[in-house]
Amino acid sequence: MRAILFLLITASLALAGGAARAVPLIADIDRHLVAITTDFTGSELLIFGSIDLEDEDDAEIVVVVFGPNEEVVVRRKDRVAGMWINQAAMTFSRVPAFYHAATSNPEGVTLPATARARHQIGTDNIRMRGPEDAPEDSVEVFKEALLRNKIAIGHYVSDRGLIERRGKLFRTSVAIPSNVPVGTYTVETLLIANRQIIGAQTTPLFVSKVGVGAQIYRFAHVEPLIFGIVAVLIAVAAGLGANYMFRKV
Amino acid sequence: MYIYLSIAEMAANVFLILGLGAGIGVMSGIFGVGGGFLMTPLLIFLGVPSAVAVATGANQIVGSSVSGVMAHWRRGNIDFKMGFVLLVGGFFGSTGGVFLFKYLQSLGQIDFVIKVCYVVFLGIIGGLMMVESLRTIFRSRVKGARVSRGKLHQHNWLHGLPFKMRFRKSKLYISAILPLGVGAAVGVLSAIMGVGGGFIMVPAMIYLLGMPTIVVIGTSLFQIIFVTANATIFQATLTQTVDVELALLLLLGGVIGAQLGTKIGAKLNGEQLRGLLAAMVLAVSIKLLFDLVIEPADVYSIRVLSKPF
Repeated sequence: MRAILFLLITASLALAGGAARAVPLIADIDRHLVAITTDFTGSELLIFGSIDLEDEDDAEIVVVVFGPNEEVVVRRKDRVAGMWINQAAMTFSRVPAFYHAATSNPEGVTLPATARARHQIGTDNIRMRGPEDAPEDSVEVFKEALLRNKIAIGHYVSDRGLIERRGKLFRTSVAIPSNVPVGTYTVETLLIANRQIIGAQTTPLFVSKVGVGAQIYRFAHVEPLIFGIVAVLIAVAAGLGANYMFRKV
Repeated sequence: MYIYLSIAEMAANVFLILGLGAGIGVMSGIFGVGGGFLMTPLLIFLGVPSAVAVATGANQIVGSSVSGVMAHWRRGNIDFKMGFVLLVGGFFGSTGGVFLFKYLQSLGQIDFVIKVCYVVFLGIIGGLMMVESLRTIFRSRVKGARVSRGKLHQHNWLHGLPFKMRFRKSKLYISAILPLGVGAAVGVLSAIMGVGGGFIMVPAMIYLLGMPTIVVIGTSLFQIIFVTANATIFQATLTQTVDVELALLLLLGGVIGAQLGTKIGAKLNGEQLRGLLAAMVLAVSIKLLFDLVIEPADVYSIRVLSKPF
């Protein structure tokens, strides 16, 4: 189903691109809204497009997906009196909640390091704001720990050769795990040839809670006191109901 | 079948949650304890954020205690006066406990404190129960051993405290400071550990206050309802971590399990039962102790401070 959709859309994109011959890169996502409903267990996005170049075989494509920014505290446990207790801590702000990078070249992107850093290609190049008063080498250690933890929970992914290509067409899929935060994500597609970026496109992606779950979440945050009272009343009703049911049996 | 829990922000297997509720329900039916001390660590083990596990645990205990207290009420085994004094202390304790929880969370020490509380309290209570049940099993085998019947309770310095109150149902004339203090202490623990605190409250009522065993469980359940309700409302207001969907699923499994457990419990030998519970309590405490002393796989951990809205 999705494959057919992909073929249809990319074919039409390729045709349109061929007619205009002005834009070297056209990319899109199979949907712009990831709806977190009650049965949400994660989702897979399809990012696809076409390139229009004289010799497209030499061209590389990079897709980078960023989640909304969040503030993250990293803590280090040390052995105190035989027990492992959180001691040193460092707070990083403007940390992307989600990061996914995919490239079409299995050997890695041929861009120079400065360009890779500018476009945040690879988890090492993810930009975030660390504490300014701390020594730089310890900030680096904490940042590495942050990246490691984010990769472990599946929020950061960086893979080479994940973009499939068929001539002018390309596609890649991005797994969105069920525990990602909601917000506005951006999908950046870059076209690289001769170690230079010759085309780029940014597409927004919305991840939001929808339906009953969204209303519960909103209720809990907008009217927390009433929410707490309702939660207690529901529990009391459930307890009384259970007691009534089993007394009859 | 999976359900997305909108407060915990994760997808969870419905049958796993129902099964967890039912398993702990069976246990609470057999042993007559709430099972919160197993529920919260198991929820954390399933990947539920610890703050959500604690707050939701409190919410779930409200429901299971309401269900449990009804039978004791019908039999007249609740000392309401004692219950009220305990819960006045419990209100202050659990309110303070939620603030303490939030403060420890900001320091990054909440997980450590939760684990230490579990290790210490489960270790002491499990150990005491184990010693007592082993002793009883051993004694019942020795022929002709005499169990001496002592006084109703011992008198010590605690009985010299001021503000004496008469509790007819419990046949006690003691200082109100005692139940207030017990209520407050258990309230703090219930807010931090996400438990009803029955496993601390019951021994405290028997040994510290000297209440007759028959009214202890009903009275403890009665006051746990209000203390956990208070903790739930405060957690909802201060930390927004009460997951109603999760609590309902746990309750659904729990009430069915509890009915089953009561029937199983009636058929088992009381002393062996107590030994079994003691072994289980000790196992949880030893597991958590290991978590504290063994070097973690990654000594660095992360926590999101502000979520994008």
